[in-house]
Amino acid sequence: MSEKIKAWPGTPLSEKDIREKRILVTEWQPNLKYAWDTGAGYGRYFAELKKGKIVGTKCNKCRRILLPARVFCEWCFRTVDEWVYLKDTGTVNTFSVAYTGTAAERLKEPRIPALIEIDGSDGVAIMHLISDVDPWKVKIGMRVKAVWKPKQKREGAITDIEYWKPI
Amino acid sequence: MRKVAVVGAGMTKFMRRAQETGKELAWETAKLALDSCDLTIKDVDCVVMGTAPDAFDMVHMKSEYLGDGAGAWRKPYVRGFLGGGTGVFTACQAWYHVASGMFDVCLAVTEEKMSSCLPHPQGAFVTCWDQFTESPLGTSLLWFFAWEMNRYMNAHGITQREIAEVSVKNKKNALHHPCAQLPGEITVDDVMNSEIMAWPVKRLDVSPTSDGAVVLVFASEDFAKRITDKPVWVEGVGWCLDTMYIGQRDLYYPKYVEYAARMAYDMAGIKDPRREIDIAEPYDPFSYKELHHAEGLLLCDKGEAVKLLLNGETQRTGRQPWCPSGGALGVGNAIAATGLMKVAELFWQLRGEAGGRQVPGKPRRGVAQAWGDEMQVGTVVVLGV
Repeated sequence: MSEKIKAWPGTPLSEKDIREKRILVTEWQPNLKYAWDTGAGYGRYFAELKKGKIVGTKCNKCRRILLPARVFCEWCFRTVDEWVYLKDTGTVNTFSVAYTGTAAERLKEPRIPALIEIDGSDGVAIMHLISDVDPWKVKIGMRVKAVWKPKQKREGAITDIEYWKPI
Repeated sequence: MRKVAVVGAGMTKFMRRAQETGKELAWETAKLALDSCDLTIKDVDCVVMGTAPDAFDMVHMKSEYLGDGAGAWRKPYVRGFLGGGTGVFTACQAWYHVASGMFDVCLAVTEEKMSSCLPHPQGAFVTCWDQFTESPLGTSLLWFFAWEMNRYMNAHGITQREIAEVSVKNKKNALHHPCAQLPGEITVDDVMNSEIMAWPVKRLDVSPTSDGAVVLVFASEDFAKRITDKPVWVEGVGWCLDTMYIGQRDLYYPKYVEYAARMAYDMAGIKDPRREIDIAEPYDPFSYKELHHAEGLLLCDKGEAVKLLLNGETQRTGRQPWCPSGGALGVGNAIAATGLMKVAELFWQLRGEAGGRQVPGKPRRGVAQAWGDEMQVGTVVVLGV
C-alpha cells in the first residue's frame, strides 16, 4: 500500500557521521587465516602449471574438456577419463579495463582481466590477466600467449602465469 | 498445492548508511507490513528470511541475529540465501511454505545492511571467487559485470550509449518512489562521462550499495479472502542455478534466468510472456542487466531488448514497462531487500496503489526477477490479480 503509507522508516547517515564518530560505533577487524588443500583435480592442474604446462581433463561421454582441470564431469556426473595437455595460447573471449581493486579502491594504472579461450579446449575459457599492451587496443577475438614466471619462481599456482600478451 | 496470495507489504527507505541496526530495520518493516493488512505477529505461522552474505555485517548466523526483528522467535524459521538472487527467492520460499498446506500466514522478511563493511562492501565479496584459480589474481567483483556487458555488447552490436538509456529511465522512474536512494534526471552523456569503474562499466551504469529492508505477508487463499478483497496471487515461481565455471558458459545470455522463467511461466500457464505480462521488474544492478535479464525472461528475442528500450515500449507508460519502481539503479541495491522490493512493486502496481509510479491501464500480471550467487542463479516470481 505504497500510496497509503505516509512515513517510511529509516534514518540515513552520511559517511562523515561514521568517520567523525558523530554516532556511536563498535569496530572490529578480523584476523583470520586459512589453508585450503587444492585436492586431486586442481592439485595436478597446479603441479603442471609449475612445469609450464596447462592441463585439462576430458569426459569421454560428453567429450568436453574440463578446465580448470577437475576429476568429475558435473553434467554427466561421472569420473573424467583422461588428462589432456593444452597449448599456452588462446583467444580473448571477453575482457575489461579495470580501474577498481578488490574493495572498490581506485587504481591509477588499469588492469586488464579477461576470459581467455585456451587453444585445444574447444572454446573453454579461464580467467586471467592481459598485460604488455595498450589497454584500449585489446579486442574480443585477439590472440594471446601466456607469459610464464621464471621456473625457479613458480610455486604451483594460477599466478605461475604472470599474464597473457598479444601474439 | 494451495493458492497463495500476497496481502501486505512494507519497506524502509533505501540508504547508503542507515542509523538503524539490521534488527531494527527488519522490525520497522515487518511491523509496517503487518499493519498494512491489519494483522499482528500472532497471526503469523512461520517466517522466512532473505539476507545476503554474512560478510557484509561479519555476524555469523545472520538470520538468527535478525530473528527477533523478523518476528521469528518461537516460530518455524528458515533463511534462504542465493546471493543477489535471494530477495525474489524469499518470495518463492514463502510461497511453498503456504502452498504446501503447512502454514496459513508466512512473513517474508528481507534485510540488508551493507554499510557496516569498511571501506566498501565490495571487499566482502573477496571470497566469492574460486580461492585457487581466481582470487589470487586480485579479483574485483566488477570484473565479472564488465566481462558480461562486453560480451553482450559484442554479441549483438549494442553500444554503451544505448545501454546508458536504462540508467536514465530507471533513475527517472525512481523520482516517484518514496524510498528511493538515487533518483534523478540524468542524460546519456552523464552516464558516458561518469567515471570508468571497469570498462565498459561506468559509475552511472552501477546501482548504489544500500541499507534497507522489505517485508511481504503471504497468506493461503482462505485466509487472504477473509482479510482483503484485493489479494494479489502468486501465479508462478521458478529458480535455477548454472555452472560456477564461468569460462564454460557464454556470458552473452543468462540461460539460468530462462530456465527459472520457464518454470514460473509453466506454473502460471503463460504461453507468450511478451503479451501476457503487463509489467516486469528484471533485476538491474547494472544498466545492461535489465536488458540481459529481460531477454532471459523471454520478454523479447536475444539482442532485441535494446530496441524495446529505445522505442519507448519499456517506459512506465509504454507497452510493457520494465522497472517502473526505478529498480536497483534508482531505488537502490540493498541486495536481498531489492529483490523483494521488486515483488513489492508488482504487489502495489497490481493493486493500483503505486501512487506517482502507477502504470496506467490497470496491469493484471507482472514478473519480478533477481540474479546472483556467483552470478549464475536466476529467481523468478509471477504475480497476478
